Amino acid sequence: MTDSTEPSGARIRFHNVSKRYGDVAALADFDLEIGAGEFLTLLGPSGSGKTTALNILAGFTEASGGDVRIDGQSILSLPPEKRNVGMVFQSFALFPHMSVFENVAFPLKLRKTPKPVMRDKVAEALDMVRLGDYAGRRPSELSGGQQQRVALARAVVFQPAVLLMDESLSALDLKLREAMRLEIRHLHSRLGSTIVFVTHDQGEALTLSDRIAVMRDGRIAQIDTPDRVYDQPTTRFVAEFIGQTNLFDVTPADGGGVHVADLGVAIPAEGMNGAKAISLRPEKIRALANGSDAPDAGMVVFDGMVDEPLFLGETVQYSVNLPSGRTMQFRENRGEGRAPLRRNDRVRLAFRPHDAVPIVRD
Amino acid sequence: MPAADRHSILAAPGLLLLVTFFVVPVGIVFDQGLFDPAFTTAHFERFLARGAYMAVFLNTLRVSVVVAMACLLIGYPVAYFIVRQPPRRRPVLMFLVLVPLWMSILVRTYAWMVVLGREGIVNGLLMTLGITDQPVKLLFTTGAVYVGMVQILLPIMIVTCYSAMTEIDQNLLRAARILGARSGQAFARVFLPLSLEGAVTGTLIVFILSMGFFITPALIGGRRDMMMANLISSQVSQTNWGFAAALAIILLLATVAVLVAARLLTRRLVYAAAKTDTP
Repeated sequence: MTDSTEPSGARIRFHNVSKRYGDVAALADFDLEIGAGEFLTLLGPSGSGKTTALNILAGFTEASGGDVRIDGQSILSLPPEKRNVGMVFQSFALFPHMSVFENVAFPLKLRKTPKPVMRDKVAEALDMVRLGDYAGRRPSELSGGQQQRVALARAVVFQPAVLLMDESLSALDLKLREAMRLEIRHLHSRLGSTIVFVTHDQGEALTLSDRIAVMRDGRIAQIDTPDRVYDQPTTRFVAEFIGQTNLFDVTPADGGGVHVADLGVAIPAEGMNGAKAISLRPEKIRALANGSDAPDAGMVVFDGMVDEPLFLGETVQYSVNLPSGRTMQFRENRGEGRAPLRRNDRVRLAFRPHDAVPIVRD
Repeated sequence: MPAADRHSILAAPGLLLLVTFFVVPVGIVFDQGLFDPAFTTAHFERFLARGAYMAVFLNTLRVSVVVAMACLLIGYPVAYFIVRQPPRRRPVLMFLVLVPLWMSILVRTYAWMVVLGREGIVNGLLMTLGITDQPVKLLFTTGAVYVGMVQILLPIMIVTCYSAMTEIDQNLLRAARILGARSGQAFARVFLPLSLEGAVTGTLIVFILSMGFFITPALIGGRRDMMMANLISSQVSQTNWGFAAALAIILLLATVAVLVAARLLTRRLVYAAAKTDTP
């Protein structure tokens, strides 16, 4: 599309944006800054306000308050067609009465692009999504994955500074979805546009994004890079929404650390200031073989009883009953020499203190 | 017995119904019109020879075309308006559109007599406002026939357009907008071509129903507003069965001819509207 040397993405700034539907706030004091060329994902359950934010950016929904700027210019008074924004819809929204070529040429035709230029650009965009031979087909003659790629080509053919994607992969089946993730990543580095991607699928968010804004009740619960959102969730909501985790309430212990009642253990002070709970990912917990396998120095050790092994392929996930009555999960790779654990096996488990992530807010 | 034959038995009840209520009656009409008792074209010659009959036929065509076009011009925008309303409000509006359909055509035509009569609502209003001193002749005019028929047939037009329009994914319009189309362009390039099929169907249905209209022209039209159905009725009451049958055949063939012509014409139209230039 463009020379990768010239950055074509735009900066986006949401400033205290709110949207009310009657008494319900779909978006409240929404503040977000997206860098030029960044791939930002709005991740959250339905009703968290992610689609509302996207629709305000696209111009389909009017904000109740606040301001949205693209490259410093307020866009709230501009109609959608003046915003120079491309969009891929969940339903793809291809025009059924037009051929693939006409669909992709549509934005160029509206911009009065001269015909030879238009032909070249459409061909280039279709080649980019590997559909060069399908220009004459109707959308109804294409598979879901092909329709998705046409929608993508149509959204980027006019080189918008911003590309919006609304649950764009959720209409596809699993295999295709994973292939499209790679393709979108690749496309992003090639186009350089700023991409705002909306999804409820944490897997998509983690693989695609430069940064993830996890949304809840019309606000951003946490915004950070995928690895930090996964490794350092600051709230219960984020810890539970992204990946799988075990959450335990904690109380301050003598000497500065915290006490975990459910596990009957204490965790040393490091970073635990103000923690209300800890999040412990299942893969951060190790099973020790019958006490013979001594834990590394400083590991926190506790006991439990296997309830239910769950075979997941390369890993097995165990559900473990704790003496306190709680159930927790831990996961280990298969084929590590030890026989797999069975139901009602007693098991000694251990984790490193710094793998317990302090949760300071709900 | 092969499976296909066994399955075709299932079509028998429907087929029987069609034959009894459709093929046989139409067959009788053709028989009456063309055999008296031997084959004859006398009834058709009579129709062609007398200008008055031809005038009734042309009037029927003209009224049907005008009514169908008027219903299209009023009904399409109304359906569009309803489809653009929030989903919760749409069923209410469609209900209001459909309410008049529950009243018989006779009752609705009588209502128009009350509205348009010498001492009717319209004349009363005109005279109160001082626009006229004398009652204006509104009833028993061609205008009255148009107004009455459009009012009666409009709900059918709106329903047909509406159901075609609800099939259109609203995201298509959003997509058009964000890709650079002003709202008028989004309508012309996306919504109109996709709803044209429904509009054509609605127009043809209204046209077909108009061709056979009887009560409204009889009750609120003038003497020159006679339509084919009225003519057939008067021939039947004079027991001119053969001529009445011939008139019915002419009406049927004319309707079919217009239908086929309209379909051929609009297929190209729908195609042209949908088609933009390809490389």
